[in-house]
Amino acid sequence: MTTFEAILLTIVTASTPLLIAALGELVTERSGVLNLGVEGMMAMGAACSFAAAVTFDSTLLGVAAGMLAGVLMAALFALVVLGFAANQVGSGLALTIFGLGLSGLVGAPFVGARRDPIAHIDIPVLSDIPVIGRLFFEQDLFVYGSMALTILIALYLTRTRSGLTLRSIGENHTSANALGLPVWRVRFWAILFGGACSGLAGAYLALVYTRFWSPGMTAGRGWIALALVVFAAWRPGWLLVGAYIFGAATVLQLHAQAAQFGVPPQVLSAVPYLATILALLLLSLRRGRAVGAPGSLGVPFVPDR
Amino acid sequence: MKPDVSSSGPPLVELQGISKRYGDLLANDGIDLAIEPGEIHALLGENGAGKSTLVKILYGVIEPSAGEIRWEGRPVSIGSPVEARNLGLGMVFQHFSLFDELTVAENIAVALSGEWSLSTVRSKLGDISRTYGLALDADRAVWTLSAGERQRIEIVRCLLQNPRLLILDEPTSVLTPQEAEHLFATLDRLSADGCSILYISHKLEEVRRLCRRATILRGGRVVATIDPRAKSAREIAALMVGNEVGEVRTDAPHRVQGEVLRVSRLSIPPAGLHGQALRDIDLVARAGEVVGIAGVAGNGQSELFAALSGERPAERADVVVIAGKPVGTVGIDARRRLGAAFVPEERLGHAAAPTHRLSENTLISHASAEVSRSGFILVNAARRLARSIIQGFDVRTPEGDPQARKLSGGNLQKFVIGREIIRRPKLIIVDQPTWGVDAGAARLIRQALVDLARAGSAVVVVSQDLDELFEVADRMAVIHQGQLSPLKPVSEWTREAIGLEMLGVAQGQGGVHAL
Repeated sequence: MTTFEAILLTIVTASTPLLIAALGELVTERSGVLNLGVEGMMAMGAACSFAAAVTFDSTLLGVAAGMLAGVLMAALFALVVLGFAANQVGSGLALTIFGLGLSGLVGAPFVGARRDPIAHIDIPVLSDIPVIGRLFFEQDLFVYGSMALTILIALYLTRTRSGLTLRSIGENHTSANALGLPVWRVRFWAILFGGACSGLAGAYLALVYTRFWSPGMTAGRGWIALALVVFAAWRPGWLLVGAYIFGAATVLQLHAQAAQFGVPPQVLSAVPYLATILALLLLSLRRGRAVGAPGSLGVPFVPDR
Repeated sequence: MKPDVSSSGPPLVELQGISKRYGDLLANDGIDLAIEPGEIHALLGENGAGKSTLVKILYGVIEPSAGEIRWEGRPVSIGSPVEARNLGLGMVFQHFSLFDELTVAENIAVALSGEWSLSTVRSKLGDISRTYGLALDADRAVWTLSAGERQRIEIVRCLLQNPRLLILDEPTSVLTPQEAEHLFATLDRLSADGCSILYISHKLEEVRRLCRRATILRGGRVVATIDPRAKSAREIAALMVGNEVGEVRTDAPHRVQGEVLRVSRLSIPPAGLHGQALRDIDLVARAGEVVGIAGVAGNGQSELFAALSGERPAERADVVVIAGKPVGTVGIDARRRLGAAFVPEERLGHAAAPTHRLSENTLISHASAEVSRSGFILVNAARRLARSIIQGFDVRTPEGDPQARKLSGGNLQKFVIGREIIRRPKLIIVDQPTWGVDAGAARLIRQALVDLARAGSAVVVVSQDLDELFEVADRMAVIHQGQLSPLKPVSEWTREAIGLEMLGVAQGQGGVHAL
């Protein structure tokens, strides 16, 4: 395997968790709820999945535990922002801080443990094509799953009645309520879906990407996922592109550090985050305002009854 | 026209003793109302009379505190809009319940219960459009459409569900006179087909044009049920307001003097995706006169206001001249120091800070010496100033110095206008001075603006309310798609001419039919 091939493979691995978490957040945001707790839900997903996988020696149970942790965190968030109509920004930040802290507690007994790599699906013949063979036809289930999820979400949002309802509620919850659409119910499920995706992304980090657990291992990926949703203008297709650009930035800076350019490693580590800021800046310059943002995004819904 | 409704069966819908209480406020107090099949029934009343609350109860959006609703004689409880629609109610909201980023077909599909695919919606939309002359393009995004077209979406959306009763809440407030006439024709047609219509309005003329029965609300109670064609507009107005509404007196002697505001060839690109550009606007306002600017909402009024006030400076200084000084590029405070005053359309959040007290709100436009010194607020001076505005402009407040958001719309508007007028400005520019304000407050505000002009100031009123402009303005122009028609004395304008300018078809004829 050439170095070039290896780099391409690691880009896929680095991009997949960003894509999964961002897809979940995209659905949540299209329903009009801004959940800044992605980082915290990811951290909990990573800790719980790793704990379960090591305890029961089962990747499957680990993934299930990670998703469940994400869903429970999201349910807490839903209770606060839907049930009590609390400020979504404040609640989301609190969720991140809470998740990062709690994940440290859950994961503490498992520091130092390791998991074996999970199986890759090897599509015979096709995977033997040079360069692109291993890239496209010998990935793990998560990678193929994240691609399928992107397509499914895109179809769901544009082609199904329930997707139309979700978009309408995100666009204008007052009108949606006046028409009798179930604002709370749809948002509740959208928030839980976002939590499940964040938990899954966390599980991927712990079980596939690093295969160990350490506190703070999410390292800001939740925030990058949030920025990606804006970068993609709330469109799943663009999210896929964006996730891979940012995944590439993460990996390439590592290789750049290894190649020892005359640039301090700290500066290189900052590249993906700087790229996030730059992307947001360029977007706002080009369009004047956040085009595509759901109209009711981040606004608490309080009907008059 | 339908024959008189005197069928022997029960009314289609009957409200009995409906009450709705919000804390201490009784928004609806024992309301009785019956609507016969095929009838166009008007619900008349001032803002705050309880009309919107009542129809929201009928449509299942809010729950009544007491009372009963009967549908064809059977008692029903309408717990949600879905249940209302299943009974056969359709509602066209005053502030449209549309989703800007979605297409026309999507907007319709989302409100329909049951399984509707976008393609069936499209073909049904075609049928309805042809039957009732409601032309709509299924694949356009809503934000690209005019208010009239948006309203058509709401109506088509209701009609697709074969309603027995259609409720329209202030449907003509955003329409040109021609669009309104088109709407009336559609409603007559629907009524002839047996659909009942509950028509909510505070415009007497259109109620007299459309309806045979009207229920009048005042202060949350039914004060009368009348035949609107058998009473004069004045009598009905008296019922709505509870006492005789005085007219604005404009006959004080006045002399028009020199120019205070001159706008020449003002052009501004649109502010955002949905903004309107201004093109080559020329406008002169002289001391002692009221200049009115008419137009349908969204044709550049807010952009013009922002350019005149300095919220959005122009590229060249000489396009806006106030009191002889070119000010096109300077901000709002520099313009105020030249003696200008500005009242934006939005009361809360733009003209006043909602959670600040009225005394603190005086600082917004009185930042100079009287209420602050060296950066410190002169609290007592600010309170005195707020008190004199409250007294001078009959602002009814729940307490001595309340937060701005605690005031009703009309009282806050009186305060905001009073705050500017009390400075004795040489020029005042007001955007929608009486939007959503009750008749008493509206009269007071209009009189104050006229009096200010008669005392030697230049007054510019931007308004969608033609009656208002005909009442107060000396000269008038119409804004359409960012362009301003020539400014002419009010006596030279007719409603028809204004309607044509609003549609942008003043030059060529025949465009009206393209509606």
